[in-house]
Amino acid sequence: MSQTNVVSVPRPTAVRIPLREIVPWAVFTTVLALLVLLFVTTEAGAVSLVSDGLVHEFVHDGRHLLAFPCH
Amino acid sequence: MMKTLLVRGMLAGLAAGLLAAVFAFFVGEPSVENAIALEESHSHAAPHDHGSGSGSGGAEPHGHSGESGAAPEAGHGHGDDALVGRGVQLTLGLLTGTTGYAVAMGGLLAIAFAVAQGRVTTLRPRMSVTLLAAGGFAVAVLVPFLKYPANPPAVGQAGTIEDRTALYFGFLALSVVTAMVAVAAGRAVADRIGAAGGGLLGVGTYVTVMAVAGALLPAVDEVPGDFPGSLLWDFRLASLGTQVVLWCVLGLVFAVLTEKALAGKTRGRGSRDGLAVTVGQ
Ligand SMILES: [Zn+2]
Repeated sequence: MSQTNVVSVPRPTAVRIPLREIVPWAVFTTVLALLVLLFVTTEAGAVSLVSDGLVHEFVHDGRHLLAFPCH
Repeated sequence: MMKTLLVRGMLAGLAAGLLAAVFAFFVGEPSVENAIALEESHSHAAPHDHGSGSGSGGAEPHGHSGESGAAPEAGHGHGDDALVGRGVQLTLGLLTGTTGYAVAMGGLLAIAFAVAQGRVTTLRPRMSVTLLAAGGFAVAVLVPFLKYPANPPAVGQAGTIEDRTALYFGFLALSVVTAMVAVAAGRAVADRIGAAGGGLLGVGTYVTVMAVAGALLPAVDEVPGDFPGSLLWDFRLASLGTQVVLWCVLGLVFAVLTEKALAGKTRGRGSRDGLAVTVGQ
């Protein structure tokens, strides 16, 4: 009786996603996030991939107010 | 499950980016505008530090308002002849910037939760998410900010942007890697000496490494002598506030969404347990 009571304690933390399910999504998300971050924070500042400053100027205020180096 | 978590993380990021942009627009833009006004008056008086020969990325062809040909001013296009007008920069551009950043952070937060839940933390999902978001803010924003605080336009020399960018992101990367190592170390130790000891060891490791690195890395000291201190303070407070709003909304919204996403699973498990008890009794 007491044993079954121990089992009955609800365990909302039982979720544990297998690592091999996470890894591909983690790689995908990290690459995507880094790409977005590059454009928001660095493009045409210290690094210049595509533009002549268009992206830089467009997100300029966000870059400053998110505390990234710009000027 | 991963797809669900990622979508929810990015949705939370969307909400966070929107609200952060609203905050930044009302609280931050006034000081950005004031700083730009100062910068422009400076560049009229004397061609300041924003020379055009600043390595690979610095030589932008656009200058400041109505200064075509006057000075070799190649810093930023804030003025009339800029590629993107100020009206767009401080509205749509700002919104795009904060939203892009927040959605990216939302995706990474979802991954961090997927890895941590059931391994590092056994708290209920919304508590885990809240703690992860708080930690993410501290590691990815607050600590880098303490060493290399945000600067408004007119502060910082164009010639050093590459060095400053490298220093900032180097410190940021060190902060993230150190935090991950510290969490792993604390988690491993927690099995032997308990959660409190493991937590203390993890936090202690992180703080020590970052304090030493912060003391060793070079400082950036480029605030012009005549730049108003109160304006600098207002801007830095506003940019830190923008990040606080962003991470708070991101954490809280993702916490709620994750709790809901996992509720079905946990409730199902709980009711099965309940059934077992009924049968057992
Ligand atoms: Zn700028």
